[in-house]
Amino acid sequence: MSSATTPTAAEAELAVQAKQAAARSHGYWAGVWKRLRRDPVTIACACVLLLMFLTIVFAPMLAPHDPYQGSMIRRLRAIGTPNYLLGTDELGRDMLTRLLFGGRLSWFMGITPVALAFVVGTTLGVLAGFAGGRINMAIMRTTDIFYAFPSVLLAVAISGALGAGIVNAILALTLVFIPPIIRVAESVTTGVRNLDFVDAARASGASAFTIVRVHVLGNVLGPIFVYATSLISVCMILASGLSFLGLGTKPPEPEWGLMLNTLRTAIYVQPWVAVLPGACIFVTSICFNLLSDGLRQAMDVKG
Amino acid sequence: MFFYLIRRILYAVPIALAVGFVCFMLVQIAPGDPINAIVPPDAPGDVVEQVRREYGLDKPLPVQFGLWLMKVVQGDLGRSLATGRSVWSDLSGAIVNTLRLAIIASLIGFTLGCVLGGLAGTFRGSFIDRAAVGIAVAGVSVPHYWLGMVLVVLFSVQLNWLPAMGAGPGGSSEWDWNWEHVQHLVLPAVTLAVIPMGIVTRTVRGIIAEIMSQEFVTALRGKGLTRGGIFLHVVKNAAPNALAVMGLQLGYLMGGSILVETVFSWPGTGLLLNNAIFQRDLPVLQGTILVLAMFFVALNLAVDLVQTALDPRIKRA
Repeated sequence: MSSATTPTAAEAELAVQAKQAAARSHGYWAGVWKRLRRDPVTIACACVLLLMFLTIVFAPMLAPHDPYQGSMIRRLRAIGTPNYLLGTDELGRDMLTRLLFGGRLSWFMGITPVALAFVVGTTLGVLAGFAGGRINMAIMRTTDIFYAFPSVLLAVAISGALGAGIVNAILALTLVFIPPIIRVAESVTTGVRNLDFVDAARASGASAFTIVRVHVLGNVLGPIFVYATSLISVCMILASGLSFLGLGTKPPEPEWGLMLNTLRTAIYVQPWVAVLPGACIFVTSICFNLLSDGLRQAMDVKG
Repeated sequence: MFFYLIRRILYAVPIALAVGFVCFMLVQIAPGDPINAIVPPDAPGDVVEQVRREYGLDKPLPVQFGLWLMKVVQGDLGRSLATGRSVWSDLSGAIVNTLRLAIIASLIGFTLGCVLGGLAGTFRGSFIDRAAVGIAVAGVSVPHYWLGMVLVVLFSVQLNWLPAMGAGPGGSSEWDWNWEHVQHLVLPAVTLAVIPMGIVTRTVRGIIAEIMSQEFVTALRGKGLTRGGIFLHVVKNAAPNALAVMGLQLGYLMGGSILVETVFSWPGTGLLLNNAIFQRDLPVLQGTILVLAMFFVALNLAVDLVQTALDPRIKRA
């Protein structure tokens, strides 16, 4: 039993290969990071988003006023009013404060549905792609049904039937984003399933669960993740849109879409104050979009 | 080819049925007894029971779906809770308005998208390319309901050039192709055009760049063909895919116009939906969504068929 104590040539070779593989996989992320660093637009977007994230997390400390405390005598002040940097809204509440607090719900409602849909959609999509046959048929044909609705319409239909509320809106948006994620997950999984190393793993006796966990997920999560990040921008616009229609958050809760709606009547008095919440949605959404594009290029994901 | 067409048309039938089922379920998933979606909450008990029997709501769900489907096929979408009028009578007028808006918006969006995308794809890496990509990203990232408000602030409130809402002078609903009416169309159509413009720019740029890098283009150049001649070849190759994307975008516009119609009080399906949501008028909600979704299914089918007919490379047996 010499091999137990001193490695044979074959084992030594394997060990070297394993080390090289580790170095390569390290090299992949290092390469991604190197490409990202050379992409000023993506870095700038990431910085803007990080800054926004910090301001809304620390909103209670940063906000100069109470987000709910209004006053009839200082309604609709202009931008630049002393003490009210971004003016006041139709009930005399400080705009800067409400924008800071409003970001919390807008971000939450923009990211949660995509995160939920990512988990559910990846599970179903990988299952459909890996299992094939009838399971694939069942999952993909059900997906086709939801593809027969334009996304805005589906979100409005579901949350309109369920009634207004944050939970209902999140549920509706999650349902909207599950089908596209399933499609992407299924197509990348089908691509990976037929590669040689999966056959090799199967031949070496690995169980289906192990193959999925070790060989499939490692290769499909990246592309699905990049695709999901591109949905955050759409989701944020849709979530705020639902609130704008009165289907998401309810007053007096601060949320960018809802604020935009309640300030709609104020466009004749203080137009530039009224459009501020929408500008916040726009900046967030465009940054997420550009970030996702940058990630896609840096991670060399096709499609 | 012929069998593909038949198969594709037959495949649309189960999809349409399933879409109908989803719409049917909308009333079922609504909180509370679905009967409340049909009779007003203050109706006396015996009336409620009578309506329940009439609508077959005392029967099991699959039977109810069958009954509902029979009615829908005959064009009976139920009655509005708020107005008591039949849903179809309100909907038919609104659809015409939405179609008018969506078609004008898609004409604007597709033209700009094709021009920008074509230029960007042809002159890859140039200043035009970067500008087009920037415009496209902004177009798909902008919350269009907000853009609508900004346009109203600029062109209605500040400059006073264009009306801020409605579809005709004095809120009239009669349409005519004169400036009195068309000026009401300008802002909502431009607002609605921004998203398809972004998407079409991106798509066309990708398609053109892909084709330009193919060998046959080099061969054409080598043959001494002029720029215009090469351009014609490229367009011929790009058209089927580009048209498919645009066709679907028209469908998304129909469904997505709810927010823009709300901003501009445009009397289309979006405003109808918005009012239905506000008054919890479920029959109107259900009927409108059903018709819009069916339109989208039909459009999907049409796009597939046209694409197959246009592109001899697609051999779908």
